[in-house]
Amino acid sequence: MTALLSAQAIGVSLGGKRVVDGVSLSFAAGQWVAIVGPNGAGKSTLLSVLAGLRRPDSGAVQLQGRAIADWPARQRARQLAWLSQQGEAEGDIAARDVVRLGRLPRHGLLGAPDEADEAAVDAAMAETESSAFAARRLSELSGGERQRVLLARALAVQAAVLLLDEPTTHLDAPHQRALCRGLIARARAGVAVVCVLHDLTLALAADRVIVMHQGRIRADGAPDDAALRHSLVQVFDGAFSIEPVASGGAARWVAVPTL
Amino acid sequence: MKAVEVVGTWPAASVRLALALAAAALLLALLGLAAGSQGWSLAWADEWVLIEGIRAPRTVGALLCGALLGLAGALAQGLFRNPLADPYLLGTAAGAALGVVLVLAAGGLFGSLIGGVAADLLLRAGLVSAAFVGALAGVALTLALARGTARPMVLLLCGVVVGILLSALTELVLLTSPEALRGKQVFLLGSTSFLGWPGVAVLAVVLAAALPLGLRFARALDALVLGEASAVSLGIELPRVRLLLVVLMALATGAAVAQAGLVAFVGLVAPHVVRRLVVVTHGPLLALSALAGAVLLLAADVAARMLIAPQELPVGVLTAVLGGLYLMLLLRRRGLR
Repeated sequence: MTALLSAQAIGVSLGGKRVVDGVSLSFAAGQWVAIVGPNGAGKSTLLSVLAGLRRPDSGAVQLQGRAIADWPARQRARQLAWLSQQGEAEGDIAARDVVRLGRLPRHGLLGAPDEADEAAVDAAMAETESSAFAARRLSELSGGERQRVLLARALAVQAAVLLLDEPTTHLDAPHQRALCRGLIARARAGVAVVCVLHDLTLALAADRVIVMHQGRIRADGAPDDAALRHSLVQVFDGAFSIEPVASGGAARWVAVPTL
Repeated sequence: MKAVEVVGTWPAASVRLALALAAAALLLALLGLAAGSQGWSLAWADEWVLIEGIRAPRTVGALLCGALLGLAGALAQGLFRNPLADPYLLGTAAGAALGVVLVLAAGGLFGSLIGGVAADLLLRAGLVSAAFVGALAGVALTLALARGTARPMVLLLCGVVVGILLSALTELVLLTSPEALRGKQVFLLGSTSFLGWPGVAVLAVVLAAALPLGLRFARALDALVLGEASAVSLGIELPRVRLLLVVLMALATGAAVAQAGLVAFVGLVAPHVVRRLVVVTHGPLLALSALAGAVLLLAADVAARMLIAPQELPVGVLTAVLGGLYLMLLLRRRGLR
């Protein structure tokens, strides 16, 4: 498999602290990858470096084999969609207009959305079940509703690489399930899907799990890998155990909190 | 893109608001033409000279100044992602005040040399240019201190620093030429009474340039709603777009301040009123804020001329009182919710 997105020896320091320390990774088309780790492990920083939004102090990132900094901004934005943690979005524009922003990379700042763009917006809003509040202001939506709108915005880009920072925040169980199904379907269709996740049971359903701790990668592999599960429990200080369950005929792993 | 095509993409509610604001502007313009120092007068044929020479430029000028302030306010609030941002934030106000005081002080010296009408005319032209140059210089200084627009918080702080610095300089000049104080006060209070046709022409040119350009780049302000990083992730070249919009904001504010002084609150309140009434993206928001600003300033101007006729209030005092009350109401409602 060819790597859609890869990074070599990424290092980032913030305020004298090494937040990301020598991380090398690559993401292939058709994979759903979960990045997990305790608070302050460097997950979000790494994701913004991978998205080309933060220049690392050392190391390099390539999108489809070409240095990410060399991509013209709009072309990069068509290939790679990034969803930030929710806190930042704030404003009075309508939910549907927020989702429409996902089409900006296609038609550009000076262009206007056409029918194909509107269809993509419709599809993304239908997928996240956010059509019902399309006309409401972003500022008037509940946390879960906002998250669905922001997700629809990221999905509407229809990019080859999806980088999502805590996409399940504020989502109830049915919407988490809908999101994961949508992400899996995209991965099967050839998209590289990378999520930072806090829900470990959800993360253990991914094709590949990357465990981060103190800016470094502690483990990287399939959830079925016992060594990976062991280091996962370890970096979270044994706050949970990972147990096997049979779910719908397939073996799955669940994280059970140790109280 | 033609104006009709642009408006065609707006939601119906915002088109209705635009029409209502335009109707209000027209009605107020008629009132503005009829409002004289002796009360209302509709005998326009008899008073043509007064209307053409004084009331018409003042009325049109108030509309244009209000529109520029409304536009600048909507730009500022979008750029800084803060509903309380104000077009005067980046050093425009203090820069314009310093420019005015410098010219007044110099004019005092100069006027005593040549005297008479010539000095008056020169002084007026000088004041307008000095306010404009001062406003732009204030913004340029802020931009230089902040090293560009990359960090909005730093930019805002630099605006505050430049404001304090230039105000101190202004006070220093006033200490050496106290006679400039009265002129400065009139300027700070905001007044449309000095507006003439040349000023109106300048305002019209600036608005005709700034509004279409602002509309063209309004989607960048929409994207900023998501946060700066998200806007960049959407392929927007934020540094360039932001610099352009800051320059537009400075030009619009500088032109308005130069012609009508520091009219308070119009730039802050106009976008608020629009956002309360309709749910829109920044394209319609910029245009509607300009319209709302025009209506607000002209309404305040007509009221300022009629409330204590034949005397008149400085319009800035009225907008400050009304704007302040509006914001208090807004805060109370938010607090109660």
